[in-house]
Amino acid sequence: MQAAIEAKLTSALAPTHLEVTCSDGNKWAVTVISEAFQGKPLLARHRLVNTALAEELEDIHALSLKTKTPAEWEKS
Amino acid sequence: MQRQHQQHAQLLHPCYSFAADDDDVVDFSGAATQERIAALVADNPILVFMKGNRMFPQCGYSGTVVQILNQLGVPYETVDVMADDRIREGVKDFSNWPTIPQLYLNGEFVGGADIVIELYQTGELLEQIEIAAAS
Repeated sequence: MQAAIEAKLTSALAPTHLEVTCSDGNKWAVTVISEAFQGKPLLARHRLVNTALAEELEDIHALSLKTKTPAEWEKS
Repeated sequence: MQRQHQQHAQLLHPCYSFAADDDDVVDFSGAATQERIAALVADNPILVFMKGNRMFPQCGYSGTVVQILNQLGVPYETVDVMADDRIREGVKDFSNWPTIPQLYLNGEFVGGADIVIELYQTGELLEQIEIAAAS
């Protein structure tokens, strides 16, 4: 599952940084840093990730997302 | 449409929830359900579709959204998706969003728990709520 998530996000969003972790059995946390988020509101960013992971979301019922641009990530 | 059942998972974690009894055949794509959801969203300026209710959230993510709205001290309504399978699946189609909870302001889908938390932290959530309350 982890490899599939990483592969799909990499091909969909070309992230400069990507972190995928799983805890508590099936609760996933994903941090994606990508230029693809530039100028997009939060909802649109999360939709990009949800769309890329549509297949995986059938089996995942807890997914926590952080979506930043490289510039925002530098500042945080 | 029959959903796959994973009852064992449901026992392990309250966030996991799947369709009800096997003999309960439900039309998840029902137009009537979409109309009910649209009416709920239209009638309630601040509305949360959640697991459980504001006194007893049945999932940590739903509980977080309730806590934030309580913290902001704004009036809001909730719909317990655990009480109705059609609503639980229908609201995902309605918003094209795969998970519960879902927050709606003035008829517009805002997001799930992560988005609500982030908007709360930046102050944007209160801004959006004030706009919703004023209109």
